[in-house]
Order: sequence, then C-alpha cells, then structure tokens
Amino acid sequence: MELFQYPYMQRALIGALVIGLAAPALGIYLVQRRLALIGDGVGHVALTGVGAGLLLNRSPVLVAVIAATIGAIAIEIVRARGRTSGDLALALLFYGGIAGGVLLVGLSDATSANLNAYLFGSLTTISPADLITIALLGAAILVTMIALRPALFAVSHDEEYARVSGLPVRTLNLLIAVATAVTVTIAMRAVGVLLISALMVVPVATAQQVTRGFRSTMAAAMALGFFAAGSGVWVAATADTAPGASVVLVAIASFLVVAVAGAVWRAVRRRTTPTAAPTPEPHEVVLS
Amino acid sequence: MTSPVITVEHGVVGYDGRPVLRDISLTVTAGEVVAILGANGSGKSTLIRAVLGLVPISAGSVTLFDRPLRRFRQWARIGYVPQRLGAGGGVPATVREVVASGRLARRGVLRPPGRADRSAVDAALGAVGLADRAGDPVSTLSGGQQQRTLIARALAGQPELLVLDEPTAGVDAASQEAFAGALRDFVGDGGTVLLVAHELGPLRPVISRAVVVHEGRIAHDGAVPDPAGHHAEPDHDHVHPHCYDEPAGLWSN
Repeated sequence: MELFQYPYMQRALIGALVIGLAAPALGIYLVQRRLALIGDGVGHVALTGVGAGLLLNRSPVLVAVIAATIGAIAIEIVRARGRTSGDLALALLFYGGIAGGVLLVGLSDATSANLNAYLFGSLTTISPADLITIALLGAAILVTMIALRPALFAVSHDEEYARVSGLPVRTLNLLIAVATAVTVTIAMRAVGVLLISALMVVPVATAQQVTRGFRSTMAAAMALGFFAAGSGVWVAATADTAPGASVVLVAIASFLVVAVAGAVWRAVRRRTTPTAAPTPEPHEVVLS
Repeated sequence: MTSPVITVEHGVVGYDGRPVLRDISLTVTAGEVVAILGANGSGKSTLIRAVLGLVPISAGSVTLFDRPLRRFRQWARIGYVPQRLGAGGGVPATVREVVASGRLARRGVLRPPGRADRSAVDAALGAVGLADRAGDPVSTLSGGQQQRTLIARALAGQPELLVLDEPTAGVDAASQEAFAGALRDFVGDGGTVLLVAHELGPLRPVISRAVVVHEGRIAHDGAVPDPAGHHAEPDHDHVHPHCYDEPAGLWSN
C-alpha cells in the first residue's frame, strides 16, 4: 500500500478512476446502438495521430484527439448513410489507422517503448499536466452523458422516432462520435489503444445482466468501471503487473463472476419456487 | 374543424430509382381517422414515412399543419408509432423509460423532466393499460404489450395527430381491444389519426375514412370498403395459413 505514497502512483490511480467512470457512461450508448467495437476503431485511428505527433514533435495526445475526432466523424457518416459496404469502409479505416500509426512512429525518433506506451497504456508516466487534461475531459464527458441521457437514450434506442420527435439527431450522433474520440484519447494513457473498448463495453455488459432499466444499467456500469479501474491499479502496484491489462482483466473477471452468479441464482430459484404454469394469451380464433 | 392537418400533393417516392409511390394526393383534416389500406408492398407504409419526412419525396409536396414539411418544426403536435420496437444492442430499458422518450418533443433536449412530464407519462401508461408494468424491462413484454408501449410513448407527448404504422399487426386480441379503446379516447378528445393497416379488426368502428393504395396510386378514397368474398361472411375468422401442411417426405409415413 505504501506505493500509493508516491505522487506518480496517486496520479495513476486518479487518472484510472476518472476513466473508469467516464468510459462506461459513454459506452452504454455505443452498446445500445450496436457499435460496441467503435472505440477500438477510433483507437486505431488515434494511433496515426500519435505517430504524426511524435514525427512533428507536437503533443502526441493533442494530435491524437484531432485524428480520433476525424476518424469518429468519418465512421458516423458511413453509419448514417447505412450502405451495406459500411463494415468494409470501417475495416479500411481501422487498419489504415493502425498501419499509419506504426509507420509514422517508425519514421520518428521514438523508440518501440514509446509505441508500446500508446498501444498498451502507461499509467505510471502520467504527468501532473496530463492528469489535469484527463480530469477535465473526463468530467466533461461524464456531465454530458448524464445530463443529456433522455435525448441520447432516445436517439440510441429508436433513431427514427427521435427524428420524428424533432430531436437534433445528427448533432446528437456527432456528439457521441466526438465524445468517443475524446474518451479514447484520454483512456489511451491508461489502458492503451488496444484495450480501450474493454473499459467502455465490459462494465455495461456486466451490468445489463442484472439490471432492469437503462438508468440503473448506466449507474451500475459506472460503478463497475470505477471498481475495475481502482482495483486494477492496486493489483498492478502490488503484483507489479501492467496496469492497463490488470484493469481490463479485473473488469472481465467481474463479468464472469456476475454471469456465473446470475446463472446459479436463476437455477436455484427455478428449483425452489414451483414454476407457475405459463398463462398463454387468449386465443384469437377457434380452431376446429 | 376543417383545417387540413396533412396535405400531400402529387407525391412521388422512389427507392434507388424504383418508384414506390407514383402520384399520391391526400388531405387529412382535423378530427378525421383515416386508415390507409393496401396489400403488402403497395406503398402504404412508404406513404406515412414520406409524410413524416423519414423518406424523401422526389416530386410533389407534403404540408403538415399548414407548413411545408421542410420548414415544419412543431413535432410535438405529432405522435408517431412505428411498426415495432427495434431490438437495439440489448441494454435493458423499462417501459416507463421508453414511454418517457415521448416527452422529448415537447420538452426539448436540455430541460430535465418535470412534474408535468411525469404525470403525462403516467396518463399514457394508464390509457394503454400498462401502468402495472411500468418498471418492467420492455424486452419481457409480449409483442402486443410492446406495441402498446409504443402507443403510450406517442400519447405521452400529448399530440394532436397520431401516425401509426400497422398498429395491430401480429397483436393479440386483448392488446387490440386496449388499443382500440385508447384510440377512441384520443379521437374523442379531438385528435386526428392516420394509420396504416393490413386489416382493421376491432378498429373498424373508429375509422371515419379509408384510403386504399394500390401499386403506388390511390385506388379508393372514401367509406371503409366492405370485405369481399369469404371475408364478408359474418363468422369469418381472419386466419392466414402460416405454414402449409407438411409435404410428404422422407421422414413422414
């Protein structure tokens, strides 16, 4: 525990906790509209931004935010047009993004350790300035996702109905795309490009096994993300493991525990409570 | 009570160059209950989607409440009931949460729900007989109850015009009755209704006018046409064969 006396560990913990709260708050909308893996794709594009930043000697995170935002908006445009070739366009963007990133990082003076830091996260190298960026952007994501929940829920749940309700559907969709890009870029420092989607999606998947409503799923997913981030960093500090991977593995372990516990509970309940005969709906016609 | 609510003039709609609606002119005035009838593929669902701006019209014009569709912004005056609830990504949502979406047109994106919103949602849930299921996930409801949820969502916005796409398709008899009752109440309060139907069933007494769409044109506009042939027999049960008798094959004896 004394490891957390060091400021760099405190920054790592706070950064992870902010991301653990914000990522599922956005991720629930992505899961709802069947875009669970979009964070992954945007992360790939962000890597090209990192490469460009390293090559141009600009802040890699800043250039990554710009690249990820462009990528996320491109994906949203492809999605909104609803063409059947949409998934192929996405694939081009994903692999183009990661190939561009690897190529540009290679051209710069950066070492492979630099590349690894963005691919798999490097929580312990968060500077005080980084932490302020993460906290501010994370808070902005959280506030937006919670304050606009009714509208974002409506758009994610039934886009045509939202349009007939006169909601600014295109603006809300772009808002989600930009929020995805921002979340990906701040989470890149914590868990890395390759593991970002896990923090957005796994807590939601865990929560929705036991919840009944959207609001309760969102609250439970945020609590689970917070818990996974905190205990993941603690495991990493005590067992000297990679922080990003530890956070993700804790999240997946929670999913498995809830899945197994849920299955056992249902089985026990089925055995203890005599099953009431299912009441069929009344017949509409009389069949002779 | 004769101001036009919906006016379509020489509307043409095509998907990828293939015309679905060829030349449609239709006026619905306040207080009317208009049923659009027609065979599958006749273009009747496309017609209401064009009225709502969900599919673009390539020629002609659509006017809602005396405003051209492109400049129409008072969406709170319209309640839309789609054919079914999309499955989505599997995130649970309660009946109340879905119905509460119907308040957004009136409230806007930024204002949090207030007491008026909550009481309108309660009233809508009561009108379709789902008050006791408000806290249940919609995915646990039967098809008919899900359809009633969508109607409650539209009613929660307290619209003047209801637009419904096949509200009774595949819906159990109890839900059809509940739906017909909710619709009667809505019309009794001065509401206007445009609905698409394959068959009218218990809705028939509520309908004031029928429009039959055939191959992208209006084939009939007036009184509800009487069922023809064996459909007209008084004790006719409208049953479609869902699968034919199993053909004699290798495994039958």
